Amino acid sequence: MADTPKTTFSRRGFLKGAGVTAATTVIESANALARETKEALHADRTLGPDALPVKLHINGHEHSVTIEPRYTLAETLRDNLGLTGTKVVCDRGSCSACTVWIDNTPALACMTLAIDTVGRQITTIEGLSHGDTMHQVQAAFVKHDAMQCGFCTPGMVMSCAALLERNPNPNLDDVKHAISGNLCRCGTYPKVFAATLDVAQQRNQATTLVAIATERVA
Amino acid sequence: MSFDPKPTTAARTDTFVFGIPQNGLQKKERTVPIDEPPPLPANAELTYIGKPTLRYDGPAKAMGKGKYTADINLPGMLYARLIDASIPHGRIISVDTAAAEKLPGVRAIYVIEHVYGVAELRDPKLEAPSRYPVVRYAGQPIAGVAAVSQQVADDAAKLVKIQYDTMPFVVDRSAARADNAPVVFPGPADAAASAGGGGGPKDVPQTGNVHGPERKTVGDVQKGFAEADVIVEGEYFTQVQTHSALETHGFVVDWKPDEVTVYASTQGTSSVRDEFAEVFKLPKSKVRVITEYMGGGFGAKFGAGNEGVVAANLSRKANAPVKLMLDRRQEHIVSNRPDSHQKLKIGAKHDGTLTAIQLTSYGTAGVGTGAGTAGPATNMYKCPNLLTEEYDVFINAGPGAAFRAPGHPQGCFAFEQTIDDLAVKLNMDPLALREKIDASPARKAERQVILERTNWRNRRPAGSDTGPIKRGMGIAQSVWYRFVSMNSSCEVRVSRDGSVELMSAVQDLGTGTKTLLAIIVAEEFGIPPADVVIRIGDTRFPIGPDSGGSVTAGSITPAVRNASYQAKQKLFAAVAPHFSTTADNFTLQNGRIVFKNDPSRSYTLKQITAKLPTAEISAQATRVPEYSKERLTYGGVDYVELAVDTETGRVHIEKVFGAHDCGRPINPTGVISQINGGILQGISYALFEQRIMDRNAGYMLNANLENYKILGAREVPQIDIVLVENYIAQSSTDAAGIGESAGIITLAAAIGNAFYNATGVRMRKIPMTPANVLSALGKIQEVQA
Repeated sequence: MADTPKTTFSRRGFLKGAGVTAATTVIESANALARETKEALHADRTLGPDALPVKLHINGHEHSVTIEPRYTLAETLRDNLGLTGTKVVCDRGSCSACTVWIDNTPALACMTLAIDTVGRQITTIEGLSHGDTMHQVQAAFVKHDAMQCGFCTPGMVMSCAALLERNPNPNLDDVKHAISGNLCRCGTYPKVFAATLDVAQQRNQATTLVAIATERVA
Repeated sequence: MSFDPKPTTAARTDTFVFGIPQNGLQKKERTVPIDEPPPLPANAELTYIGKPTLRYDGPAKAMGKGKYTADINLPGMLYARLIDASIPHGRIISVDTAAAEKLPGVRAIYVIEHVYGVAELRDPKLEAPSRYPVVRYAGQPIAGVAAVSQQVADDAAKLVKIQYDTMPFVVDRSAARADNAPVVFPGPADAAASAGGGGGPKDVPQTGNVHGPERKTVGDVQKGFAEADVIVEGEYFTQVQTHSALETHGFVVDWKPDEVTVYASTQGTSSVRDEFAEVFKLPKSKVRVITEYMGGGFGAKFGAGNEGVVAANLSRKANAPVKLMLDRRQEHIVSNRPDSHQKLKIGAKHDGTLTAIQLTSYGTAGVGTGAGTAGPATNMYKCPNLLTEEYDVFINAGPGAAFRAPGHPQGCFAFEQTIDDLAVKLNMDPLALREKIDASPARKAERQVILERTNWRNRRPAGSDTGPIKRGMGIAQSVWYRFVSMNSSCEVRVSRDGSVELMSAVQDLGTGTKTLLAIIVAEEFGIPPADVVIRIGDTRFPIGPDSGGSVTAGSITPAVRNASYQAKQKLFAAVAPHFSTTADNFTLQNGRIVFKNDPSRSYTLKQITAKLPTAEISAQATRVPEYSKERLTYGGVDYVELAVDTETGRVHIEKVFGAHDCGRPINPTGVISQINGGILQGISYALFEQRIMDRNAGYMLNANLENYKILGAREVPQIDIVLVENYIAQSSTDAAGIGESAGIITLAAAIGNAFYNATGVRMRKIPMTPANVLSALGKIQEVQA
């Protein structure tokens, strides 16, 4: 006879471990955030395990929410705030479906504790569009049919839009690199490449037109 | 549901467009029910059908606004966690839920009494009766707990204490065939197919863990080999692949006395309703299933599943809605594509004419059946003598399930490489050999496309490169079948303001069903597809087909066209008096409604509907039987260019060119998206994916997305796709699905053939990991996964 072995580990324990070993810049920046936020928030006491009220700055609005310190940002966005555009697929940082921006840098919401984002600007897929007006990258995804089931799409869009912010003129390899962590089971990658490169081209054409117009005025 | 396949209405004869444009379109006379809409011309003459159309729900998906089952959040909803077995084989002695029940926030715990979706003993008396099902695989569902938050549910799940009486287990297919192997079932056991296919034969012998064979015979295979001038033989191995849909299997169940509402991540709203009604002894009328958006299925998501049954029991107990999504580990265990070990022998004449095909295959679907691989060998080419013997081997692992073209990627990997071997032995070009043995006009057109549009003519003899990097090209063909579900109905409503809606229970897995239906309605009313409102994925609407086996497009689009046509006829009849004319004087031209007897009089749809005497009119239609009884297949030819690094063992796919057919393409954009997906899943299957079982502990080692390797952006080659229109005069739309034949069947074989062309070595085992490649090249010893 055997008892159920205790093979599972806690979210907090895992995140602690990941902070020590993970090599990606995303995790590193999340940890830096965590340290600073903890200092600012409750410098002299341990948080939890009970829920506590925090204010999160999401998509330009402040949200008051009562959460346990162990809640991830993905759980908080989805379950506590109803922002279900951010998807959870692997829940351990290997598929990028939960990509959001923290202070305009892509981060994995399933690997980030919500309390560590206090004082930070969080942007989710819902914050990229304005009402029914899509962000240019979202519109390009529609134009190129860069989606099938659509479950990876919000994370893909967040990664591609972030790429264009830091590199306005990417080539195909840059796009592949930017979404190398974003898993799509339907196989929409070729169209994601096309959509992202299309936006870059549109923006560069627009820039060129502005430059020409400016030249003429001058 | 009984159905009379013979049309009860009077019939008429009509002339349909037939054949393949490249070969010159022909005409075909068919006798059809009298109220069928007039035949559609070829796509070139249509406004919306066959034209690239944006995805109907593209903006919602791009903006994160689509509500998937995982996103449903009902007032008072509880969150559940499924508790599963930590051992691969044994009896449950006790399930102690006391500690979990005491945890604040826990609302209900349910311990399951029956496991669904696995093989069952023909004689249940072979096992002692027990309150608990026997555990036959690590990860088998045991109980569920519902709580006020997911975190509390997860905490509570860890507090449930299960005591087992462990039994010997086996998780390796070849070990399970041994005489002294531990037996998974104490006697013969069989598994049923899901609405998506899969499942194995019943009434076949079983010895130990070996179930079968299912034997198919055509002619006399021994005579066929005796007549052969050449014989080729090969032995091939494929691995277990897990579905890995990004949205895991899951349900939100709101159990109310007057109606049970089920939000399901499913490929078949009607299959879910059927199973909930059956399991809970409810009339179907009291079960409502909703699937507005769903995050991928690939064959694994039909019916209630154990997680659906658990969610429903928890909802009933807690008197609150309950959400139960599997976690990622559970998703890897709940279903898979079985593995295979195939022995194939093909005989042919000097000119390539096939004389005999013999296939023996063993595969494991874990605690299920359905590991057969004989589809391609049986149906790809005509051969007078055939013998196939398919065996299922039980092991203590999660059950196999239908997975995009069940059995065919495995079968094609062996069969199309053996056909390539035959070409080598006959000193024939592989395309020319297929030209000789394959009469399909569509495949012929596709081979022509490959010949004209790829580098094929510059193909070099096998192993031509002298350096460590070796390049090659290869092709493979696929075959899939035209399946039609008669449970395909819809309603079309037209309102006085000119708005048009379509309603059906059919679901959109991401294949673009909503877009497809909008295009059909749009063509009939002369309005843009974006102006049609599509409401699907709800069993309150007329029944829709379950989406498995590429049935959806071919089944539901004729019903949609017929309902649209009938609604339009009703509209014309209702408004004709206002225009002092008769209904048959209205016709649609270039998006405007025109008087036949006076083409100068034309109106928009809105101008016509404004004169409706009632606020709306509507029409319902159901799929009518196929116009003829011919057995039809679909398929494609895929071409691969690759480089093999013979020092590291890495295979790099550089280019794929696919030529495919699916009847009349309705939305080429969506079809091409699906073919892209099939090709990439095929590459992923061929190179990366593999379930790895721990032989000592009996569980899946890589049940996650970092160690279960799936193709990512950096492994995507250049892909070019050509659609071959193939008019078949079978329904009012002639549409067909592309999901199965979209590349998943062919790619492993095409890559294998290109690998041979590059290296002169036949790759007999997938995935083509560096270890397997180096071992095939004789550089290292074989590595057992």
